[in-house]
Amino acid sequence: MKPVCAAEKIIEKNGRKIVVCDDTRSRLLPILQDRQDRRGYISDKDMQNIADLLGIHPVEVYSVVTFYSFLSTEKKGKHVIRVSNCISNVMKGSEKVVRAFEKALKIKAGETTGDRQFTLERTGCIGMCDKAPAIMVDTELVGNVKPGMVKKIIGDLRKR
Amino acid sequence: MPRRQGPVIFSGIERYAAFKKALEMDRSAVLGEVKDSNIRGRGGAGFPVGLKWGLAASVQAEKRFVVCNADEGEPGTFKDKLLLTEYPALVFEGMAIAGFAIGANKGFLYLRGEYRGLIPVLEKELSEIRKEGAFSKKDITGKKAFDFDIEIRLGSGAYVCGEETALIESLEGNRGEPRNRPPFPVNTGFLGYPTIVNNVETFAAVPHIILKGAGWFKSIGTEISSGSKLISVSGDCEKPGVYEVPFGITLREILKMTGAGDTKAVQVGGASGTCVPKREFSRKIAFEDLSTGGSVIIFSRKRNMLEAAENFLRFFEEESCGQCTPCREGVPVLLEGVEKLRKGECSGKYLDDLLSLAETMQCASKCGLGQSAPNAFVSIVEKFKNEYKLSKKRGKERVFNG
Repeated sequence: MKPVCAAEKIIEKNGRKIVVCDDTRSRLLPILQDRQDRRGYISDKDMQNIADLLGIHPVEVYSVVTFYSFLSTEKKGKHVIRVSNCISNVMKGSEKVVRAFEKALKIKAGETTGDRQFTLERTGCIGMCDKAPAIMVDTELVGNVKPGMVKKIIGDLRKR
Repeated sequence: MPRRQGPVIFSGIERYAAFKKALEMDRSAVLGEVKDSNIRGRGGAGFPVGLKWGLAASVQAEKRFVVCNADEGEPGTFKDKLLLTEYPALVFEGMAIAGFAIGANKGFLYLRGEYRGLIPVLEKELSEIRKEGAFSKKDITGKKAFDFDIEIRLGSGAYVCGEETALIESLEGNRGEPRNRPPFPVNTGFLGYPTIVNNVETFAAVPHIILKGAGWFKSIGTEISSGSKLISVSGDCEKPGVYEVPFGITLREILKMTGAGDTKAVQVGGASGTCVPKREFSRKIAFEDLSTGGSVIIFSRKRNMLEAAENFLRFFEEESCGQCTPCREGVPVLLEGVEKLRKGECSGKYLDDLLSLAETMQCASKCGLGQSAPNAFVSIVEKFKNEYKLSKKRGKERVFNG
């Protein structure tokens, strides 16, 4: 994704006028998302480094990280499985899907497996209500999930 | 791509023809056409689009921004996902026309984190646009007279970022907490510049309006609500999915169209909407009756409506940004109230207190999330009285002073 500079400003450097982006702070979220994708979490040290990069206080970075549910300060599993629990999904049996995952992974929703391979979470509507029950596996949306399919989904993910 | 049928958005259109036509028109003529069409925002709030654009265009500023709100988080809504998957060019074209009309060169598509799987499709479309130079105009000397580019920004799982000022905060790299209004984004938006924020569906309708005219658009729908609406139907019906319907369609017609039988209630507008009982199924989808961002959830007779109310309140408890007191403190109290109602432990007096608290939240919360969080609770409690029994004796209830 090539970033587009949202707002340019002209500064003088070594006697020459150059154009730079002055939306550095506005890049914070994309930077954090990138770090989350690569490492599975954002560490204290990462927050310090990012703050230095953008010229802001680390606490500001921390406040942003803790606001968004897709960013975390604790290491998540290699694969994050999110089961939608909006009412349309609940009506179609999403809780049975949650229980099937809990049983297969031997963890509760909200936890990460000991080998750091899987995190299981409940989440709000993921825009798949017409194909409920639906789950989000990493970046992929999967609809019409039945409890019987859970073992195969986990098996396929282990091979990735 | 499946052939979809509909009066406006799913009617055929030649790619980028509307943008070319807009360039040949005057800026003010484009604004005029959008104003005349009477189109109102499709995200749920229904603000007049022409007015919003006109305000942003009239402010003196070096830069202006166009933001497409693709943070489709309302439970039961998935129409924007369909538009971005099947009609990305139409959405981008609408944004470019908006950019031309208000004098903006940059646009952002704020895509909810849950939809990041769509990025390859969207980026492919954008790179084609850049290669073709589809959204740029050169004058006689070959210099660029107008140029528009779009950047995709991803959300990170916060429902409140669908509120326009929270979305702008998020774009600026902050916590997605709504701002005080005024100043409005049309005046002081992204980085302090005039910014228009519109829903995906609004932008998708704009090319049709420019090409086919405001008169044509107004001929569809009702007198107050022009055009059509995409609705996302889910729940207890045979054919869930996205439908384009003219404004003024009744719930009964929608139920028939989607093959829903034995329906007890329809939740219109998602968690922040209202619950409509069977005796009111002749009500219409329109700004003057049932205003919605498009979510239609159908409940059959076997469903427990208090369970639905509880689900919606749990959602708001999770998604409240916590910034203002009525929303942060009110939602957990209502949630506790529903739990009491389900257990038969809520007295009539306490229910009155809860309804009065709901009213306070509706008028005193800072943003639309808090203002609309009690809606489902209120409509379910008031219209489905036979689903719960009030306790005769007062239990361990909170004390409300005043």
